[in-house]
Amino acid sequence: MTSYAWLIPVLPAIAFPIIVFITRKVRFLSALVAIAAIAASFVMAVGVLQEVFLLGITMEHPVEYAVPWLQIPGLLKIEAGILIDPLTAVMLLVVTLVALLVEIYSVGYMHGDPGFSSFFSYLSLFSASMLGLVLANNYFMIFFFWELVGLCSYLLIGFYYHKPEAARAGLKAFVTNRVADFGFMLGFFFLFAMFGTFNFRELAEAIPGYQNTAFLALAAALVFIGPIGKSAQFPLHVWLPDAMEGPTPVSALIHAATMVAAGVYLLARAFVLFASLPDVMLLVAYVGGFTALFSATIAVAQRDIKRILAYSTMSQLGYMVMAMGVGSMTAGMFHLMTHAFFKALLFLGAGSVIHALEEQDIFRMGGLYKDMKVTTTTFVIAALALAGLPPLAGFWSKDEILAATFDHGFTGLYILGTLVAFLTAFYMFRLIFVAFFGKRRAGLHGHESPLTMTVPLLILAVLSVVSGFVGTPFTEHGFSTFVYYGEPHHVEPNYAVMLISVLVALAGIGLAWLFYGRPSDVPERIANRYRSLYNLLVNKYYIDEIYLWLFRRVVLGLSEAFNWHDRHVVDGIFDGVGDMTRISGRKLRLLQTGNLQTYALVIFTAVVIIALWMAAPVFGGVVQ
Amino acid sequence: MNFPILTAIMLAPVVGLLFILLIPEREELTIKITAAVATFVSLVLAIVAYVLYDNGRGGLQFLQDVSWVPSFGINYSVGVDGMSMPMVLLTAIVIFTGVFASWDMTKRVKEFFIFLLMLVTGVFGVFISRDLFFFYLFFEVAVIPMYLLIGIWGSTRKEYAAMKLTLYLLVGSAFALIGIIATFLYAAQQLGHATFDIQTLAAVKYDLGFQKFVFFLMLIGFGVLVPIWPLHLWSPDGHVAAPTAVSMLHAGVLMKLGAYGLIRVGVFLFPEGAKYWAPLIAVLCIVNVVYGAMIAMVQKDLKFVIGYSSVSHMGYVLLGIAALNTLSLNGAVAQMFAHGIMTALFFALVGNVYHKAHTREIARFGGLAHQMPRVAAGFLIGGLASLGLPGLNNFVAEFLIFIGSFTRDQSLLGGLLSYRILSILAISGIVITATYVLRVVKNTFFGPRKPEWDHLEDARGVEMVPIVVLVATLILFGLLPSLQIDMINSGVAPLVAKIEAAKAIGGIF
Amino acid sequence: MITLNHYLALGGLLFCIGLFGALAKKNAVAVLMGIELMLNAVNINLVAFNHFLEPARVTGQVFAIFVIVVAAAEVAVGLALVLNIYRRRLESNVDDLDWMKW
Repeated sequence: MTSYAWLIPVLPAIAFPIIVFITRKVRFLSALVAIAAIAASFVMAVGVLQEVFLLGITMEHPVEYAVPWLQIPGLLKIEAGILIDPLTAVMLLVVTLVALLVEIYSVGYMHGDPGFSSFFSYLSLFSASMLGLVLANNYFMIFFFWELVGLCSYLLIGFYYHKPEAARAGLKAFVTNRVADFGFMLGFFFLFAMFGTFNFRELAEAIPGYQNTAFLALAAALVFIGPIGKSAQFPLHVWLPDAMEGPTPVSALIHAATMVAAGVYLLARAFVLFASLPDVMLLVAYVGGFTALFSATIAVAQRDIKRILAYSTMSQLGYMVMAMGVGSMTAGMFHLMTHAFFKALLFLGAGSVIHALEEQDIFRMGGLYKDMKVTTTTFVIAALALAGLPPLAGFWSKDEILAATFDHGFTGLYILGTLVAFLTAFYMFRLIFVAFFGKRRAGLHGHESPLTMTVPLLILAVLSVVSGFVGTPFTEHGFSTFVYYGEPHHVEPNYAVMLISVLVALAGIGLAWLFYGRPSDVPERIANRYRSLYNLLVNKYYIDEIYLWLFRRVVLGLSEAFNWHDRHVVDGIFDGVGDMTRISGRKLRLLQTGNLQTYALVIFTAVVIIALWMAAPVFGGVVQ
Repeated sequence: MNFPILTAIMLAPVVGLLFILLIPEREELTIKITAAVATFVSLVLAIVAYVLYDNGRGGLQFLQDVSWVPSFGINYSVGVDGMSMPMVLLTAIVIFTGVFASWDMTKRVKEFFIFLLMLVTGVFGVFISRDLFFFYLFFEVAVIPMYLLIGIWGSTRKEYAAMKLTLYLLVGSAFALIGIIATFLYAAQQLGHATFDIQTLAAVKYDLGFQKFVFFLMLIGFGVLVPIWPLHLWSPDGHVAAPTAVSMLHAGVLMKLGAYGLIRVGVFLFPEGAKYWAPLIAVLCIVNVVYGAMIAMVQKDLKFVIGYSSVSHMGYVLLGIAALNTLSLNGAVAQMFAHGIMTALFFALVGNVYHKAHTREIARFGGLAHQMPRVAAGFLIGGLASLGLPGLNNFVAEFLIFIGSFTRDQSLLGGLLSYRILSILAISGIVITATYVLRVVKNTFFGPRKPEWDHLEDARGVEMVPIVVLVATLILFGLLPSLQIDMINSGVAPLVAKIEAAKAIGGIF
Repeated sequence: MITLNHYLALGGLLFCIGLFGALAKKNAVAVLMGIELMLNAVNINLVAFNHFLEPARVTGQVFAIFVIVVAAAEVAVGLALVLNIYRRRLESNVDDLDWMKW
């Protein structure tokens, strides 16, 4: 099975042109082609996972297949290759499964949209690129697909291109990611300059013996800029909330479960590079931790259901990055997996609500549980998983991160992580109490979504409950002995950490109930009391405004200055040369009287002078 | 193989031209079809030659020699190697699509196509010549019709632009001519017999002072055409004024004549001179890349955006040349090809929009994707190619240039600068490019539908030919770059061998 | 005894008169006449040189005949031009014929 694994990305990749060129007019077929392709990929991904188990493919002994893609003998060898190890197998499963469910869901959600077929074609292209990224065996290929998923993200954010906000959000996402890719590209250029290869396995062999750690640290830090952009870490996070302009299934698939996690995946893939550099690891840990807190605080004050979830995604990604930074790749990947399921569920649930109400402001919703039983139930399950209540999936993975942080001696980060856990529980249940419970507001009546949408919700709800069990501290041969860096290690349960995190989660939920679970004016009073802090949160710390100012004033200003310089100074000089020729011509032509006789006189005089000069020797020689 | 395929590629447009001369002026459709057939023949032959070219053997292939002026050693000798073959293919593709992009031409159609075909004959001639004399001759043949094409069929300030372009190019070629004559005389003295054959000239040992002098002349001469900053201003004005097909040829192919000449005549004949001047090129090309891209960001006219983007992208080619190693030169040639295709696509699409909307002002557009989805898709793909998206041809080229110059370990200005820093600056260009390209896409094609443009029709029929052919080329070479790079590398290898054989010499800085 | 020098002096004198006429006269016809005089001065020189230096051959005389033929043609063209100008502009004053400068 592993030798056919290259088919996993290729199948959706084939679906893309089929939909674009053949089935575009027939909506039903387009969806069918896309879903069939991703379903086949899913089946193969399961096969790969099974074979990884059966054949004993471990992190130390991955399987690699490659064909040359671009070669310049002796200098450059770029392979189109796949690398299969447990890390890949897990990611393949997560991506294909979520993509499959989201595509099924989209049949209902996008029903009646004029861009139905192109939506499925983009989703197929995205799945292909994402799977290619997961399977890539070298930095070049990962960058190749990294850019392609960015493209799909751009296309899908701007899917409703008639909306100016959507078009702007797409642009913002792409350009922000470009800045990050610039760093990423430089990073692996440095690696290439040092080691002469892009291949992960060859690099993994070469890096530990490399002496010039300053150089290596620079390369690692540059590579880390890639995840900062793609996984929306501070300070390149600004694109992710705006990306919610895209259709909700896209937010679920790309901007919650898979693409944004690609940054974390890259960290895991490149872990050997980071592991030997404690300074860079510290940077990674603090960027992650800071982002987790930073975005959780913003989420507390938002009103738009998708934006709350977007900031929550950023916060959770911060967790994962922090886990990588403290050295626990296992915890980061574990959380990536569980998060993919429950966050996709949250977004799809939100999509179900939006589909029914055409409204995104939670304070205009209310009492939805009466009309939307399935959606509400699944949404609450996912929120509980996110908040980290046992025995749901989020509890185990978050707990592993917190335990790892604590065990590795990052007490500050541990406290910060616990604080984030509290905030997470608070903002999620604020959302739930306001939108799903309480009184109906603004005359909006929900209705339950069709089966194509509710079935994926139910499946994801099951996964949100059970997917954590593969990695609990009580499981013997669990996730940590499967996906790891260095030695397979079994984490002993840390009951103190568990207890504290359960308590803060309950505290968060309780506080949310106090504020929003019943009629109360406390939130308003607090907001009024700390008006400036509240404004700061509502306006997302004014980061967008700062960037906009930088772009408008500095970049565009400089560009205008260059333009002026080009048009007036440079062009002025060259046009000036032309003008000078013209002006001097105008003056010089006055010598031409046009009178024939004058010309004749000049000619004659000249002839006489020449004749005299030539005859000089005869007359006694003035000139010799 | 005895069939003179290269001459046939070059003469197919001439035959078409002669036929057009015989067709009465009113028969516009017949004229257009004749031009299309002539260029199609060129295209097919170029593809055949491309496929038949033996990468393993490398070197010059499809040779043909006819003695012309024996006393001066001037021969009509043609042949292509791994660097010129892609250029021939590029020219064939661009002119073929260019003819279709001018399908809606109504003004003095006969003369237009005559000049167009004359122009492309010159371009083909430059790329296939192995003889320096013919190289220069064809070079001039390509420049002159350009003046008429812009001056008569152009738009926006056409006389000014045509004059500007012609003067820049002629001044440039005057420099190149001095260089060529100096080389000829020097070589004739060394060899004892007169020759214009580039291979023979390359075998001559030129002393260092001479190399520095002549390479500088070539740098100015061909640099104007590339265009190298600050000699670039003819290009935005010229692009904007030129009619669609001419813009396509102009940005797509004519600029490559400069870069090709710089490699073929400059670097190949005078490797030491090239090493001496390379740092200057490297610094100027960064100005091209960054400054050009930033200027493109604030342009208000669609064609100006593309004009300045060409300045920016050709900066990458110059960086590839300046770094003087295998990877970067491979990248430079590939970028010449990729940029040619991409920019031709852009101009074809802008021409399409302009022809229907009679304006190119970005601020007046918006939401055109509603009325012209195919044009929008084509433009987006062109934009993605331009910002170097993987899967499209430009990415491979830019990647090779970057990694080539990045791995060149040499410092400039006493350690203040290095190729690595310059490369980083150049790579930052991809961010700026992404910004301006996608901003233009957003402002032109996205946003709410504007009823003002409801009368615009989407591209269809023959208008789709350029879009489809050019997009397909970008994707083909983007997904399977070895089809292209293997060939280019067979041409670059001897060049690099020559550069490396040249004795180490410090650069100008 | 009339020597070569006498002929040359005559030729020189004639040439100077012709030159003066060509350069100083206002009327185009007079200018043409001046040119004729200069050509004839040359003819005298040619014939004289031929007679005194190479009496055996007739090169100079043949040359002179050539000059006469060309001069005739030139006068024909010149007069045609003058006539045309006179018809269009009703004048033959060369001072006013300065349209060559634009």
